[in-house]
Amino acid sequence: MFTLYKTWHPIASPFDPCKPILEKTFSTPPNLYIGFQPPNLPQFSPQEALRAGTLWKAFYDPYFNPFELAKGGNPR
Amino acid sequence: MKQIPPEYYQIMEQLQAVDFVLVELTLYLDTHPDDLEAIKQFNHYVKERKTVKKAFESQFGPLMQYGHSYSGHPWNWNEPPWPWQV
Amino acid sequence: MWIYEKKLQYPVRVSTCNPTLAKYLVEQYGGADGELSAALRYLNQRYSIPDKVIGLLTDIGTEEFAHLEMIATMIYKLTKDATPEMMKAAGLGDHYAIHDNALYYENSSGVPWTATYIQAKGDPIADLYEDIAAEEKARATYQWIINLSDDPDLNDGLRFLREREIIHSQRFMEAVEILKEEQGKKKFF
Repeated sequence: MFTLYKTWHPIASPFDPCKPILEKTFSTPPNLYIGFQPPNLPQFSPQEALRAGTLWKAFYDPYFNPFELAKGGNPR
Repeated sequence: MKQIPPEYYQIMEQLQAVDFVLVELTLYLDTHPDDLEAIKQFNHYVKERKTVKKAFESQFGPLMQYGHSYSGHPWNWNEPPWPWQV
Repeated sequence: MWIYEKKLQYPVRVSTCNPTLAKYLVEQYGGADGELSAALRYLNQRYSIPDKVIGLLTDIGTEEFAHLEMIATMIYKLTKDATPEMMKAAGLGDHYAIHDNALYYENSSGVPWTATYIQAKGDPIADLYEDIAAEEKARATYQWIINLSDDPDLNDGLRFLREREIIHSQRFMEAVEILKEEQGKKKFF
């Protein structure tokens, strides 16, 4: 399945004093995959585009912190 | 305390939305200069921005100066609110 | 020349008086990967880059000034009317001693902005790759600030700015493709 966030699993040593984070996540935004933008990509309406930060749906990749994600992470 | 009327925010956001489309299309056309459909869309929103700009300025004064907006009397460019104050 | 417009690119809101968040945000005001660095980097590179990409550098550079004004607005609102005690509690006591609540081009550790943050190598590929890297670094910085922030209105504005980094990176990558293209060959999709 295609995702815009990738994960990896760092080594957790018994001598690491902080509580280990077993899975780390990083962002791989849409611009890494699309290449030279093809014409006529589907667009947002002007009002939606302003709120999204982009005119083209294919580039939309909102980022939420863990607290926002717990609440559903919905853009307003 | 000075109050800003709700229409200020409403018309301002209309202008921000139209202008945002124009920013996006500008950057797109900088790398896609032959896309006729995008150019038509761009010109369509150029026209629409003129309407919204006029509606905003008639109520809240000039958005730009150096002659890119008309002035009222007295000179009203330097009247608040400035964008970070609203 | 540049002409100012009395309008923000995006309607900026913040929920609370919160100088601590302002301290983090100032990284994007006067920090290495901040909006001032971005604007000055791109506009300065225009003088030694092929004509095909000058328009793009001009337009992205100009948009960065709009983002700088958004960041300034966020910092202004987060610290407006904050008392010296609040500034001190936020780790901004030393800032307050020098600047009161004024904005200053510094990073979140208080280091003043410096031209060493930006490059102009005179080589179009080297410069555009720096620009792509700068956009990705700014995107990451926005993520970390969103992680530190519990202000939903502020995060809404920061998400907009992060999305702009993605689009700018996309356009710079396209600029590299344009410069790579064999001369005289017609491009097709």
